[in-house]
Amino acid sequence: MQVTMHVNGVTHTREVEPRLLLIHFLRDELRLTGSHWGCDTSNCGACVVWLDETPVKSCTVLAAMADGHRVLTVEGLERGGVLDPIQQGFAECHGLQCGFCTPGMMLTGRWLLDHDPDPSPAAIREALSGQICRCTGYENIVRSVRWAAEHAAGTP
Amino acid sequence: MQVPAYVEYEKATSVEHALGLLARFGPEARILAGGHSLIPMMKLRLAQPETLIDINGLGELSYLRETDGELRIGALTRHAQLLDSPAAGRHFAILHDAERVIADPIVRNWGTVGGSLCQADPSEDLSAAFAALKATMLIQGPGGSRTVPAREFHTGPYETVVAPGELLTEIRIAIRPGGGSAYEKVGRRVGDWPVGAAGAAVWLAGDTIADAGIGLTAVGARHFAAAEAEEFLRGAPATGASFARAGEIAAGHCRPTSDQRGPADYKRHLASELTIRALRRAVLRARGTGA
Repeated sequence: MQVTMHVNGVTHTREVEPRLLLIHFLRDELRLTGSHWGCDTSNCGACVVWLDETPVKSCTVLAAMADGHRVLTVEGLERGGVLDPIQQGFAECHGLQCGFCTPGMMLTGRWLLDHDPDPSPAAIREALSGQICRCTGYENIVRSVRWAAEHAAGTP
Repeated sequence: MQVPAYVEYEKATSVEHALGLLARFGPEARILAGGHSLIPMMKLRLAQPETLIDINGLGELSYLRETDGELRIGALTRHAQLLDSPAAGRHFAILHDAERVIADPIVRNWGTVGGSLCQADPSEDLSAAFAALKATMLIQGPGGSRTVPAREFHTGPYETVVAPGELLTEIRIAIRPGGGSAYEKVGRRVGDWPVGAAGAAVWLAGDTIADAGIGLTAVGARHFAAAEAEEFLRGAPATGASFARAGEIAAGHCRPTSDQRGPADYKRHLASELTIRALRRAVLRARGTGA
């Protein structure tokens, strides 16, 4: 079947099998390998992307279900060479070590800040509770999201 | 790498179109809503439909509204929408209690209320919540629509009364005066299926329980309900002693099985204790004194 998707503002059309998962469409068809393919069981959250305005686990969504929709991946967070504050926050606060969970964490973090610009650490932990990090112990991830809440894009 | 087996795919554009597709592709077709149970089952070959009929485009099935003294929930309503609905929380706090502990926020963004009910997992939280609230399911088929009480909706593990060719479209809950409700769940970790969980809905007349609904999940309760405990509570005083007896009765009538989530006797203990806690909180809320 043919699917057309608007990924990070660019329209892509591909011929795919209906069983193709969105994560594999993004990584293998579009070569957008920033989204990570982790547990494959919708537990770990490494594959989180936005489907229209909503973060979803793309290992549990078919590419066919995203046909005609917008998708935002980590590659789309940066604007004109300027990192999104959530990306800068992870860099400033050492919010990652191995980096495997980071794209999903940042996409959920961005969504949270869009809906709650000044989230408490508890609200951040709740929002990220469907995503697993085996390196940081989460402390620095919470600090990274807080950093993004406190800084505008382009802060040096 | 886990991928589903080859499958055909159709995108429904209306309820009528979905019903037409179900008729055309027959019993080996499955409705695809959020897919957060179906797709994992397809990866494991526990489900192997020939055709998926995607209803995610049916905005007409995504709503929460108060109509004719009922809260009506469209089957395609996402868990996150139910959790965000002030009307649902105001009338039926049990729904927000339950939604807060279903999976995780990202899964709740896409998983649907109707999908969870039709998946009919014996540990499903919403099945117990709607059983406690004595909800009604609206099912549409080629010959029109029919309503089924929540307690007749599930016929067994992973089985419902929704026939091939039919579609669950709405859940209805009567808004009755003097009501309060609550949900209590024990899980091994955040986001997991329950080891055991209980929901309670009470309708008070003064200090007397005029009517009660108790839902149980993951503990082998028939139709996700504790009918014998409800019978005991009807007309009983709303006191701790009544709650304790109801918990005892509820535990006595469920049939939990031992598995990786815990031994049967522990689950039976949970059925009692969580019924008591849910009743206590439901009564406080019915009196307007509980959070």
